[in-house]
Amino acid sequence: MSINRRQFLGLSGAAIAATALAPGLRLIELAQARSPEEATTSLHRWGLLIDSSKCADGCTSCVSACADENGIQSHGRPATDAQWIRKVTLKDKQTGHVQTLPLMCQHCEHPPCVDVCPTGASFKRADGIVLVDKHICIGCRYCMMACPYKARSFIHEATTGQKQHAPRGMGTVESCTLCVHKVDRGDGSTACADACKKEGHQAILFGDLKDPDSEINKRLASQQSTQLRADLKLNTGVRYQGI
Amino acid sequence: MAHVHYLKIEGRSAGFFALLALLGAVIAAGLGATWYMEHNGHWVTGMNNQVMWGIPHVFAVFLIVAASGALNVASIASVFGRQLYKPLARLSGLLSITLLAGGLAVLVLDLGRPERLIVAMTYYNFKSIFAWNIFLYTGFFAIVAVYLWMMFERRFNDYTKHAGMVAFLWRLTLTTGTGSIFGFLVARDAYDSALYAPMFIIMSFAYGLAIFILVLFAATRWTGRPLGDVMVARLKNLLGVFVASVLYFVVAYHLTNLYMTGRHDVERFILLDGGIYTRLFWIGQILIGGVIPLVLLYSKLGRSRAMISLAAVLVVVGGLAQMYVTIVGAQAFPMPLFPDKEVSSSFFDGVVGSYTPSLPEILLGIGGFGIALGITVFAIKVLPFLPQSLADADVDPHHKAA
Repeated sequence: MSINRRQFLGLSGAAIAATALAPGLRLIELAQARSPEEATTSLHRWGLLIDSSKCADGCTSCVSACADENGIQSHGRPATDAQWIRKVTLKDKQTGHVQTLPLMCQHCEHPPCVDVCPTGASFKRADGIVLVDKHICIGCRYCMMACPYKARSFIHEATTGQKQHAPRGMGTVESCTLCVHKVDRGDGSTACADACKKEGHQAILFGDLKDPDSEINKRLASQQSTQLRADLKLNTGVRYQGI
Repeated sequence: MAHVHYLKIEGRSAGFFALLALLGAVIAAGLGATWYMEHNGHWVTGMNNQVMWGIPHVFAVFLIVAASGALNVASIASVFGRQLYKPLARLSGLLSITLLAGGLAVLVLDLGRPERLIVAMTYYNFKSIFAWNIFLYTGFFAIVAVYLWMMFERRFNDYTKHAGMVAFLWRLTLTTGTGSIFGFLVARDAYDSALYAPMFIIMSFAYGLAIFILVLFAATRWTGRPLGDVMVARLKNLLGVFVASVLYFVVAYHLTNLYMTGRHDVERFILLDGGIYTRLFWIGQILIGGVIPLVLLYSKLGRSRAMISLAAVLVVVGGLAQMYVTIVGAQAFPMPLFPDKEVSSSFFDGVVGSYTPSLPEILLGIGGFGIALGITVFAIKVLPFLPQSLADADVDPHHKAA
């Protein structure tokens, strides 16, 4: 077999390229983690059931537990400090009846924040948890304009004391992750629900809305519950009782 | 009508360089403010977790809306065949590009992570109106650039009408997109209305023409080029029609809301007891931006070019007030989370959101004007955008010397 100079150069080039690329391809293959599809599945839908009648006035254990768990620190500037979960006090305008409840990201099935996000940084996992990908969030805050629950915070200043499982970055938006790291670890609970239980109130119940044997599913099936801003038909993953 | 002669401006006078230096300083101040905000984080601004879009967005959206409106003069010439406006078409196209550049610069520089602009250009969520707008804005630059090319290159002059038609349709779509940023938001009572798209379009007509008139007056006056009364009267009357149309849409929008019981609270906030927002609505948007300009334009005062200029300035000022009410006012009004309940929390639920613009934000916003006007001034020096004469005899085929 004889080859001319053009063919020789072509073959040499191909050989060099293959030599250079092959290890890289191999490395990528070796470093491959479980794909996101394997990690989450739409067979689950995680959510919370919050019973306002069990929520104690003045108790903020869920709020501080969330801050501890996710490394959220106050800078002493309430208007710009992040709040993933907050205690809201309601007073009925007609009757004067007062009640309190914790409010956080409602993990909607049709989240408006995900609709409006230009880059797709706001996204919903297959198991219903709504998250922000801090790597592609450009900090436009359109999601905050769109969220009916005021559930999101913009990180207005440099953060310290971050937790490895909850990366936070100045100039991006964040909100309740439904303790996604605990969910993925199989803890079967969130920091707020744990704290509320520890206080003896048991106002927050975490569970799988799709599992017919789960406590949350059974309670939702047998008792009256409601969604906040149900008129928007967002099918929230967080449900309330007692309001 | 005689063939239009376009000439670059000489641009060698002390006044020209002083103007460039001034605009340069405005731009530098805006960039400095950006550096300060991005270095420290947005807590140094007045924006917060209740009012997350502030003065930068007021200026940015105003400029973007005005940009599409500034193209109108060219559209009237190319699409609707009005020969009188033809000599102004190049300046109209130029201003539409520069105003958009200024507005987008402000919008991007206010992002939490402006250095990730490339992310916004490579990751798209096609359900997001912001994502559509990225295409609409970049497409607008390209289409108007081609449109201008058709105007400049005599060989292609015949295609001006076609390019103008595409640009006209594109700009209508673009402003629909800008208005829909707000119109499609279901969460807030002041938004969630299809009226935002057409209202923004008519607002763009008024804002864009007001800025166009100011730039035209300044450019012809400072370069000593004639500008006849016929042209001035047409532009003046057109501005009046646009300003009146904006008022009509504002009335229609508020009447719709007033008819819906569920929206009485937000209407009461904007129209009656919203403090600064109520004042900005009645005094800024309606009086300064609407009623006074109409009086100036349609009374005997409208014969004076100084009064027409004043009317145009007031339309710009009123437009900024309208943007402030539209963007900041709507956020300041508490979210309607629990009807029939008084709501309170550590996160400012149930209370009017507080927002005090900080100096850096204001400098960034004004920097957007600096960018738009700076590019315009530079461009008319290097390319022949301005006609040599807009005297009545040169622009009006039916003109008879009195």
